[in-house]
Amino acid sequence: MALSGIAPSLHARVGYRSPMSKPARGATVEFQQVTKHYDRREKGPGAVNDLSLTVPTGKICVLVGPSGCGKTTSLKMVNRLIEPTSGRILIDGQDIGGQDPIALRRGIGYVIQQTGLFPHQKVGENVAVVPRLLGWDKKRRRERTDELLSLVGLDPGRYRDRYPSQLSGGERQRVGVARALAVDPPVMLMDEPFGAVDPIVRERLQNEFLRLQEQLAKTILFVTHDIDEAIKMGDLVAVMQRGGILAQFGPPDEILANPVSDFVARFVGADRGLKRLSLARVRDLELLPVVTAREGADAADARARARAAPFQYLLLVDASDRPIGWVDQDSIPSAGLLTEEMAIAMSPLLDRRATLKDALSMIIDAEVVAGIVVDHEGRALGLVTADTIGAAMRDGIVTEAATRNEPPDEASDPDGETDDPDGETATIDRLGAGG
Amino acid sequence: MGDRPLVDWEWVFAHLDDLWAATYQHLQLTIIAVVVGLAISAAVSLLIYRDRRFYGPLTGVAGFLYTIPSLALFALLVPLTGLSILTAEIALVSYTLLILIRNIMAGLDGVPLEMREAADGMGFTPWQRLARVDLPLALPVIVAGLRIATVTIIGLVTVAGLIGQGGLGALMIRGFSRSFPTQIYLGAFLTVALALAADAALLLLQRAMTPWLRRASS
Repeated sequence: MALSGIAPSLHARVGYRSPMSKPARGATVEFQQVTKHYDRREKGPGAVNDLSLTVPTGKICVLVGPSGCGKTTSLKMVNRLIEPTSGRILIDGQDIGGQDPIALRRGIGYVIQQTGLFPHQKVGENVAVVPRLLGWDKKRRRERTDELLSLVGLDPGRYRDRYPSQLSGGERQRVGVARALAVDPPVMLMDEPFGAVDPIVRERLQNEFLRLQEQLAKTILFVTHDIDEAIKMGDLVAVMQRGGILAQFGPPDEILANPVSDFVARFVGADRGLKRLSLARVRDLELLPVVTAREGADAADARARARAAPFQYLLLVDASDRPIGWVDQDSIPSAGLLTEEMAIAMSPLLDRRATLKDALSMIIDAEVVAGIVVDHEGRALGLVTADTIGAAMRDGIVTEAATRNEPPDEASDPDGETDDPDGETATIDRLGAGG
Repeated sequence: MGDRPLVDWEWVFAHLDDLWAATYQHLQLTIIAVVVGLAISAAVSLLIYRDRRFYGPLTGVAGFLYTIPSLALFALLVPLTGLSILTAEIALVSYTLLILIRNIMAGLDGVPLEMREAADGMGFTPWQRLARVDLPLALPVIVAGLRIATVTIIGLVTVAGLIGQGGLGALMIRGFSRSFPTQIYLGAFLTVALALAADAALLLLQRAMTPWLRRASS
């Protein structure tokens, strides 16, 4: 396969490193005053006007806006399917305008609407399209295909030899993602990749993709017309408006909290306050302390500790510190042992990774107006109330959490169960759960 | 012809070899015409594929050739190329062109835009895209054209019998000149049978070459 004229840096990136444990990290993508005008004869998806933005390495930047806002045009200028009228696009500091477009495209992952799978090729052949263009031998293609299918949750033995028409919409989207990842490109372009499936499947694919991205840390440009998808998927969101004008660029919470124009405010919707709730997680909150006592512990001691605390109830936990229920401090006997029967009510248990939106919803529904935050083993860490969540929103904790620059390694645990190093150890101390 | 039977079976069984030879010759003339026609049409279509502006003029020429009555075309060619197989094939090939070019272009034009964009976006060169994406996806429409062209040519080859190129047409012409209906009926029957068989064979070929379509419907 002739690859002469390919930029050396790109060549090195295209080279696939086996095994998966060390995928190529992303590269920065920079738009510098990029403009695309169409003259009257030329047909195109939408003009772009003086677009400047930088997508940092390993981040997902979502281009969102109504149809005709130039978001797809912007995307296609990155792999030079469309050439800008003026301005430059740099990948890792190098102007792509001077690179061989064929080689450039082979080094960029591309997922398009309706996935663009080739109907005449089996799933395995579809995934191996770019490796084949790059001249990989059959054995290497096969190994890589199987690896990628497993990565996106499809059993290679079952799916490798099927045709796309034999797959469900969700399976096709997965194959589309696998195909784009085939040569481990540092940059991926995704044009409404989850547009062709029903909302339930879409949400699952989005979650899976975000989990995958935690491991892969690609630099991703993602186009959608759906503001909810933009907020969910984007580390950065670029809201574009008709005429190819960048209306606002920033982390999703900033856009929800401080829309810079009427257009942005209208586009993100009147419920933007609620949308912000889905951006932060319970682990980002400062938890209220809770007094706990184990089942079978001395009642007098527990009563004394409960009365000293501001909250009116004592949380009864089992031998593993898992919550059993609330005990009214006035009904704790002055002597004897604590028993399970004393518990009068229970709160919803909140995973530390739950979004504030889900947490608030559960708290509103519950009989006790507080949620108990538990760690991955079910041990109580502290309390969350609707007031805590409201205060956090006002204090801007959400913005902090949403923009926090987490090192990619932190989240590389495949099952996502690892506690963050910045966990609420202080809260655990205050709980005194062990004592 | 009242007292004569429509088909003289005794004659048929006595001339099986001749019948087979005529059928074989007929098929040969057809295959040459279709293969050469396909080659020319492929080249012309490629030109149009590269530059759309050729579409009008080139299909115009092919369309003009298609409208010339076959007898007239033979008559026009005989002074130039004689009563030869070349004369027959020039005429036959020229009738395939319009059908094949139109179908090849329709097939290529029918490839969904997103397929092309996916291929371009992943770094196919134009030739790689044509060979690995556009042509396979256009295949059903191209083969459909090939079937029409083949059936048409099998019919037209009978006319080539007039310029002494044999085939089932020659059989029928002998039947006419001798007022021997067996040869006429048999020639006609074998021509139709050959056309149906060729059509079915090409359909099977297309199915074999497009397994993704078959599996989709099953």
